[in-house]
Amino acid sequence: MLQRALIFSSSNPICSQLPTTAPPDNTVFPKRNGGWIIPFSSYQLPAFRLRNYRPSDSAANRPNMASQDEQDPRISNISSAIRVIPDFPKPGIIFQDITTLLLDTKAFRDTIDLFVERYRGKDISVVAGIEARGFIFGPPIALAIGAKFVPMRKPNKLPGEVLSEEYSLEYGKDTMEMHVDAVKAGERALIIDDLVATGGTLSAAIRLLERVGVHVVECACVIELPELKGREWLGEKPLFVLVSST
Amino acid sequence: MVEMFAAENGLKGDARLQAISNAIRVVPHFPKQGIMFQDITTLLLDHKAFKNTVDIFVDRYKDMDISVVAGVEARGFMFGPTIALAIGAKFVPLRKPKKLPGEVIAEAYELEYGSDCLEMHVGAVEAGERAIVIDDLVATGGTLSAAISLLERVGAEVVECACVIGLREVKGQRRLNGKPLYILVEPREIDSC
Repeated sequence: MLQRALIFSSSNPICSQLPTTAPPDNTVFPKRNGGWIIPFSSYQLPAFRLRNYRPSDSAANRPNMASQDEQDPRISNISSAIRVIPDFPKPGIIFQDITTLLLDTKAFRDTIDLFVERYRGKDISVVAGIEARGFIFGPPIALAIGAKFVPMRKPNKLPGEVLSEEYSLEYGKDTMEMHVDAVKAGERALIIDDLVATGGTLSAAIRLLERVGVHVVECACVIELPELKGREWLGEKPLFVLVSST
Repeated sequence: MVEMFAAENGLKGDARLQAISNAIRVVPHFPKQGIMFQDITTLLLDHKAFKNTVDIFVDRYKDMDISVVAGVEARGFMFGPTIALAIGAKFVPLRKPKKLPGEVIAEAYELEYGSDCLEMHVGAVEAGERAIVIDDLVATGGTLSAAISLLERVGAEVVECACVIGLREVKGQRRLNGKPLYILVEPREIDSC
């Protein structure tokens, strides 16, 4: 099956003049499922429509996308290399499995290249990757653009002094931690994860970095689930993805 | 089991090794009293030392016809993919239970108290492939043993295990099924800075 795949970016190009904004204190962050995809019953998405190519789709139907005209030829192989697994971690959830992308040496190489091409030479000194799949994509990007890699981890994994940020799950809460001395105020950072759904995890990572005065330039993910509106929840923070899964 | 430290195996006097060792932070009494935790997150902040770490592994494995780099969750994920990309191999994550969504095979291994389990996707690795296993640190070798078993069960050949940090083996302590183990640096006792 072919996958409709676009490169699209937020309306803000990366530039040094991007304002630094922190979410207001009363911001409500959406609840999210522990498995980062909300249950089937919460949105009407027939499983069989996923990953079907529909030539009639256009950017006109997706007003929050800045552009869809530029489809890099590498994108379609990247998209095809991602395996879709129904009913994981529980019935009704369609899981986007990037491990098959990692087995395709060209597609994995192209994935990293697409991010590196975008962020090289933009004075980014920090690539923050979210445990655990962000650890797979973040370090190759960091090494290629000359930045440090900062792991954002589940609780009690980091041995040094940490900052913690709580975020909501569908049922209950989770906590993300970062070493306090990993970053300095004024540094420019990217946040990397394999997939963005509701944006809750990325939002927690943004808050952690901004609490120590880091400027989060952009969030970058391989896959977006646009129906879950993560882009809206990130608000003014730009989001760049390679593949949109509808 | 053949244990090889880089400084004694081709990289004697290599200045990169000292810089890598210095970039690793020692955190005393984590996760519990008496353990001197070797924290590689500070190595990841030192771009030059991090790059050198990867380069040393890449130089070693690039001409060994390796098609699989298996990385152990989670710190093996920080080193494995870059190495895999550079040598043209696939990256295969070896994960804690219930993280991998597809069909898996599992291998149990012993902890100090109790046991844990490592999983690998069925179909990720084919029989006859040549593989290396990457993790940040090797202590008893329990995790690496489980990783080797997973790969051998699907018919892959584990050419070597590679770790950034490793203790010198107390005689007979490690069971890596006779597989070679390549280690960049030894753990430090305390931070010198």
